[in-house]
Amino acid sequence: MKVAQSQPLLKNLPANKMPELRAIVNDLITHVTGTPAVEIMNSTPPGFVIPKEHLISVCHQLHQHSGTYFDMLSNVTGVDHGPETGTMEVLYHLYSIPFHASIVLKVILPREGGEIESLVPIWKSANWLEREVFDMFGIRFINHPDLRRILMPADWIGFPLRKDYHHEETYRGIKIDY
Amino acid sequence: MKGLLDQQFEQGGIIITKIDDLLNWSRLSSLFPMTFGLACCAIEFMSTGTTVYDMDRFGMAPRATPRQADVMIVSGTVTFKMADRIKQLYEQMAEPRYVISMGSCSNCGGPYWQHGYHVVKGVDRIIPVDVYVPGCPPRPEALIGGILKLHEKIRNESRAKPTAIEKLTGQQNA
Repeated sequence: MKVAQSQPLLKNLPANKMPELRAIVNDLITHVTGTPAVEIMNSTPPGFVIPKEHLISVCHQLHQHSGTYFDMLSNVTGVDHGPETGTMEVLYHLYSIPFHASIVLKVILPREGGEIESLVPIWKSANWLEREVFDMFGIRFINHPDLRRILMPADWIGFPLRKDYHHEETYRGIKIDY
Repeated sequence: MKGLLDQQFEQGGIIITKIDDLLNWSRLSSLFPMTFGLACCAIEFMSTGTTVYDMDRFGMAPRATPRQADVMIVSGTVTFKMADRIKQLYEQMAEPRYVISMGSCSNCGGPYWQHGYHVVKGVDRIIPVDVYVPGCPPRPEALIGGILKLHEKIRNESRAKPTAIEKLTGQQNA
């Protein structure tokens, strides 16, 4: 907080200075991953694709760096690209309260046995958000403190937001179809 | 000027009635609903309890425990996760107990009937329902209509003819 306060607040800057934060994030990702940052085209807010093995270190930097200070994880969600493509993605929406700015991070995972490091050590809000992504897509979060289903019953079979999901005939003897 | 009941009591102190009528009248005049809501229908249920619609004029004071409740108003979407809880609450209610299914979701699944993998397509798949109130959500007037329908049902009940046994054995007269 001390470091962040010494920085000028971006919301007080003219609008044409806004790309500065984007450039800082770009440099930071390039520095941490060792490869040029992959930016998502036409993304609002700015979005970056992160290799999954670097996610935790990139997020740690974005959280701690005095030029970004992303102190809030607003949302975690998943996307299933379907069995033909064979990939899924996890999206992280970060928000920096002191700089009044947000970015999106995207991680692409294989569809079967997709695993990604949990962000609970950095942001506590990741706990339930990651549980929801696990519940709906079956993506496992490594080192998550309490990876259980959050919306569906504990003994539910299948992950409902997968493209190839088909529900069972019955659940505990109750017919599911109309 | 005395009320009708007071005048009758003074004329000899005896009222002749049927035990069924007395019990039914007392039951339907104090139907305690369970404080229980599942979704947006519960908001309309709450409105029904306000001074504007005044559910209390039917002797209906919400009870915070199923042990003291006579009627369960299933107000909202019944999910599979909630189904077990609803069944347990119903079983905890003392007999005679009644169920009003309020709104499309609890009647038949409502807007979730096709793609709602998580929604029970009608609360009557879990517990027996006495009155269905249509609407999405039903207005408080509609819920009161359902309550009056339940009154009508209770008013016609009889201890001399246990219809439940006839229904079970399938010997109900046409």
